[in-house]
Amino acid sequence: MNLDLRLDTSGDFYARKFQPTKREDTLILNMGPQHPSTHGVLRIILEIDGEYILRAEPVLGYIHRMHEKMAEVMSYPQYLPNPARTDYLHGLAWNWAHVAAVERLMGLEVPERAEYIRVITCELNRITSHLLWWGAYLLDLGAFTPIMYAFDDRERIQDILQRITGSRLTYCYYRFGGVSNDIDDRFIEETRKQCSRMKPRFKMFKDLVTDNFILRKRVEEIGEIPADTCRKYGATGPVLRGSGVPYDVRRAEPYSVYDRFDFNIPSYDTCDAMGRYLVRMDEMQESIKIIEQALDTLPEGDYIMPKAPKKPKPPAGDVYFALEGARGKIGFHLVSDGDKSPYRLKLRAPGFSNLSLFSEVSEGVLIADAVSILGSLDLVIP
Amino acid sequence: MIEAIPTQFIIIFVGLLAVMAFVGLNAIVLVYLERKVAGFIHRRPGPYEVGPPCFPHGILQPFADGLKLVGKQLFTPRGADSILFWLAPMISIAPAIVCFIVIPFGPHLQIVNTNVGLVLILAFTGINVLALCLAGWASQNKYGLIGAARDISQGVAYEIPLLLVVLSVVFMTGTFNLFDIADGQGAWPWQWYIFYQPLAFIIFFICALAETNRNPFDLPEAESELTAGFHTEYSGMGFACFFLAEYAYMVVASCIIAILFLGGFQGPVLPGGWWFLAKVYVLLLIMIWIRWTFPRVRFDQLLNICWKWLIPLAVLNLLITLAVIAI
Repeated sequence: MNLDLRLDTSGDFYARKFQPTKREDTLILNMGPQHPSTHGVLRIILEIDGEYILRAEPVLGYIHRMHEKMAEVMSYPQYLPNPARTDYLHGLAWNWAHVAAVERLMGLEVPERAEYIRVITCELNRITSHLLWWGAYLLDLGAFTPIMYAFDDRERIQDILQRITGSRLTYCYYRFGGVSNDIDDRFIEETRKQCSRMKPRFKMFKDLVTDNFILRKRVEEIGEIPADTCRKYGATGPVLRGSGVPYDVRRAEPYSVYDRFDFNIPSYDTCDAMGRYLVRMDEMQESIKIIEQALDTLPEGDYIMPKAPKKPKPPAGDVYFALEGARGKIGFHLVSDGDKSPYRLKLRAPGFSNLSLFSEVSEGVLIADAVSILGSLDLVIP
Repeated sequence: MIEAIPTQFIIIFVGLLAVMAFVGLNAIVLVYLERKVAGFIHRRPGPYEVGPPCFPHGILQPFADGLKLVGKQLFTPRGADSILFWLAPMISIAPAIVCFIVIPFGPHLQIVNTNVGLVLILAFTGINVLALCLAGWASQNKYGLIGAARDISQGVAYEIPLLLVVLSVVFMTGTFNLFDIADGQGAWPWQWYIFYQPLAFIIFFICALAETNRNPFDLPEAESELTAGFHTEYSGMGFACFFLAEYAYMVVASCIIAILFLGGFQGPVLPGGWWFLAKVYVLLLIMIWIRWTFPRVRFDQLLNICWKWLIPLAVLNLLITLAVIAI
């Protein structure tokens, strides 16, 4: 029997490169890539002393799909379905970022109705993303039931989106110069119904889950990320807002028609997992506010530019477009040389920056807390 | 000439067979109950279509689960100590069955009526910790090892308040005999010991949850942290034994709670056996309900609850009981 548990004697490249601390009698533990709480295929090498983590090192690349390279070999319309695959929970935001970057480079003027439709569908998608996070996070903490309640609402929203966009998860709805399909009265009616249905449910979620004593003990004062650490690693989205910095791309550099709506940027300066939790719970309600305002003021007109380019060839130059996804700032840096496919495309995935601070935050915490911190970062491994 | 086999031996032998059947039947009912209650709490139907349509509401689900477990390959991971590895599930299930022979299911439904029934059960349930420790250690898996370490500290810690509250009931009744304890309580709810010892009842219930590794204290098998804890590497019947043992211990814990605090087989109108079964199943339902409602506590919190709250309260309860008895 091999009793040498300290080192994985036949470990792989990363396990052998891993530098343990000087402490003796520690255990190297591979968390992932197949682990119930590292959603997707994230792998973390942990050095643990009993239940305490001495060092944590995320290992990436298990699901690397070369989206950036694919953009270089595909024409612009061919690449349209790709961005939604990078973040399968908030696909429309990525779709939007891609389309908007091309539009900005070509100087296309998107019809107002299309912008409104984009706002409505993107916010609906944001709610589904946060709902799934909420359920999965509580699953990480050992509560099985909330995910079923989250899926109840999520499925309804997906039904609404499916009618219009044609898909339920990896959307490809926006086109250069508009959207692919106009919304009809039934969509508006169903969205309104869903919005009014969800409002009392947030109160139920709060009473049932957020105010639960055990849950509060598990998330309060766990994984404190000071605002400085967030800045150091470039963390954005709910992680940054949970650290007391009310930075939101929708407000900081308004794109599309977001400057016309009245909504708050929730932020909590507790810096802990509870702060990030509450930010997301509040954001869903803000999203509903935005959707209702957008439905009230929905203008008539075209849903796509009358002469939208089918095969766009943007002029030579480069453009950067950033928008607020459910996980943080999504950035598209597009360099074009005037060809039918981009010369270079750089994606900024918020999950990557948010994950990189995990190593620093998880030093000296319990394994259970590390799971809680990892969940509160809401990662989608692109 | 062959000596006649002692009657006592025959009774124990037949009793053990009956108990095994009881444990198996209970497991089947509990699997179905757990899935259906979970479905009810999750607002979904739970298992619904299993087998031909003449079996509605998926009542064949436990049999399908059992068949699947029996049919699976028994797999020993490389580097595992195969003797200890396969001994552990047996050590886990065997004492659970023995525990049932001293439990009075009804006024005339007890296999062995002994003076040390309560002590016997407490002793046998303690063996489970050893089994889980062996399972975690022998499977040569780091998650298993951490799960086993968690289970030992949890099992040992929660044994103390458990014994202390049992003691306070024993001081009240002056006997370890389970039949006498149940017999000493009246038929009506206000004559049960839960009204004399409400604090002891609550402490015992929490400790029973922790001892049987049920949520919110299911840390040794915490799925999101340790994949499956001590039984990560077990497949087929190896896993089924742990599963069966967990349910058997849940039933044992519910039986003891019913006997010590809820009057055992005592109850108006209906015969004793039915009352006992009803009480046990109400307690089991509460356990299942708790499992699907609460998040899991953290490990240090778990030990803090035990050492900082339950043990002092149990000692206090014991002292008050003694003072009242002395007066």
